[in-house]
Amino acid sequence: MKRNLFNWQRFFTIIKKEFIQVKRDPISLRIPIVMPIIMMFLFGYAVNTEIEHIPSAVFDQSKTQESREYIEKFTASDYFIIKYYVSSEKELSELMDKGKVKAGLIIPASYSTDLSRNLIPQTQLIIDGTDPTTARTAMNSSMLISEVYSKNLKEIEIKKLGTSIASLPGVSLNSKVWYNPNLESSRFTVPGLVGIILQNITIMLTAFALVREKERGTIEQLIVTPIRPIELILGKLIPYIFIGYGGFLFSLSICIFWFGVYPEGNIVLLLVLGFLFVISSLSIGMLISTFANNQLQAMMVMIIVILPSILLSGFIFPMEAMPKAISVLGYILPVTYFLDIIRGIMLKGVGFDFLVHDIIALVLFTIFLLSIATLRFNKSLD
Amino acid sequence: MEYAIEVENLTKKFGDITAVDHISFKIPKGRIFGFLGPNGSGKSTTIRMLCGVLTPSSGKGRVFGFDVVKDAESVKQNLGYMSQKFSLYEDLTVEENLDFYAGIYGLSRKVKEARKKELIAMANLTGKEKSLAGTLSGGWKQRLALACALIHKPKLLVLDEPTAGVDPVSRRVFWEIIHVLSRQGITILVTTHYMDEAESCDYIGFIFNGKLINEFAPPEEIIKKEHVKNLEDVFISIVERETNTKVSSSFQEMKFLEPDE
Repeated sequence: MKRNLFNWQRFFTIIKKEFIQVKRDPISLRIPIVMPIIMMFLFGYAVNTEIEHIPSAVFDQSKTQESREYIEKFTASDYFIIKYYVSSEKELSELMDKGKVKAGLIIPASYSTDLSRNLIPQTQLIIDGTDPTTARTAMNSSMLISEVYSKNLKEIEIKKLGTSIASLPGVSLNSKVWYNPNLESSRFTVPGLVGIILQNITIMLTAFALVREKERGTIEQLIVTPIRPIELILGKLIPYIFIGYGGFLFSLSICIFWFGVYPEGNIVLLLVLGFLFVISSLSIGMLISTFANNQLQAMMVMIIVILPSILLSGFIFPMEAMPKAISVLGYILPVTYFLDIIRGIMLKGVGFDFLVHDIIALVLFTIFLLSIATLRFNKSLD
Repeated sequence: MEYAIEVENLTKKFGDITAVDHISFKIPKGRIFGFLGPNGSGKSTTIRMLCGVLTPSSGKGRVFGFDVVKDAESVKQNLGYMSQKFSLYEDLTVEENLDFYAGIYGLSRKVKEARKKELIAMANLTGKEKSLAGTLSGGWKQRLALACALIHKPKLLVLDEPTAGVDPVSRRVFWEIIHVLSRQGITILVTTHYMDEAESCDYIGFIFNGKLINEFAPPEEIIKKEHVKNLEDVFISIVERETNTKVSSSFQEMKFLEPDE
């Protein structure tokens, strides 16, 4: 009796069967198309940490040319949009309560007279702090606007004295932003999204594919055949490698052609590593399927994996900002490494040398997960 | 004499529960064996150990001389199994299901095509080749399951309550096929709750609470030995003897429909 460890015919038979089933299942076929479209457009536009056009109200008690000039500086910055001109603080606080404005600029009646007397008028910006991100933007930009404006005013006065501000001592900081010079958050979010989508599609489809055999009892008939777990697992993986990779290519093209985020680095390297990540996600899906007896249970286990992968991987929130203990959790998710890789290649244009740590981590995780999934997927129903 | 199945002190425990308790029996080749017993008596567990699905807690099982634990692959190659529940792919057609199992058992293309033709004819599935298995009715499904279990020409066919929930005509057709297979030399192990089916077996054995009650014997002999009219009476008298309660009287105790006094 010859004993081969791997029977190719059984392996290809499984692949063929799985493809037929995918072909007949409308959901498995549509997910790799529909999910990237929905997720890319939802997240690509919704997850936007650039805050512009903060709706604001102005309570201008001075009503002079000077005060209007000052207000003009705010509107010109694009950070603020003056939606209302109010005539009392009470009116302003009402608008704020109703959420119609997020910021309110109060200019005192003495504004222009103070200026003409070379005094510094005290203007005030009331900020709705419910959303800290918006509030922080409003605070920083308003301070910057006022400083620049008052610096200009001072310069005019100094000129009258016959000297210039440039001759006074001071430091001039010249900051330069690399990789994403305009600080567009979509350039950060969208490539990350490609990784997240790739992960979700493949985890979902593979977990469902294996659990389906248990749920429908078809595994029972398979167990009495001479098939080996490795043949079954690999045979079932192959079709989902195609589908998951198809989803990856599709969302990558949305990223490039719709959002205009062109890869700075080597696209071939990205395509190869994307393939590696598909396999690691498949292994997670396989592993999930070994914990669940039906598709509902699989869905619940999946949420436990997918939610942290969105929150802790650095997809939205920087890992540096997390408490140490939490960020460690992020590092046990393969997606964390893939996000580093895809952002490195897409935005920074770095190559293999710079990503070698992430690549090694991803390879190790993939091997580890795939072996555990194979071991756990015991043929026996014991 | 060569045996198809040899079982020695086979035992299966699930935690504290002993599902199968030191069962020993031998089944010669080429006959039909009926395995009878109430629900939960250990029939399916015994069968599943023989098929290599469950690992025995202790004891030995051999199928055509191959150990069910150590040589599970060889056992599986010689065994066709039909489970209680329909366990083929409902989203695959009749032909695709057959193709799939042909591939799993490693048949060559030529052998596969020939075997498929034979089986489709044998199982009266002609004309249904392109139908999805899920759209077939009970009797058809069951014959398809039988065809898939036979695709690799197993020497032993194990059927776990194959006719549960199937109409009398389909049941009759199915058993005719079973007898034809038996005449061709295939050993058949079947569990059933239908006593007419049991009576058409060559040998039968009763299992109760995980133990074998009698030696495997032809149904007529068992009926004679128990001094009763038919197999159903044997079944009931065995259950009564083992549990020390009268089954017939237990119906009298059902008072649900009688008015309260």
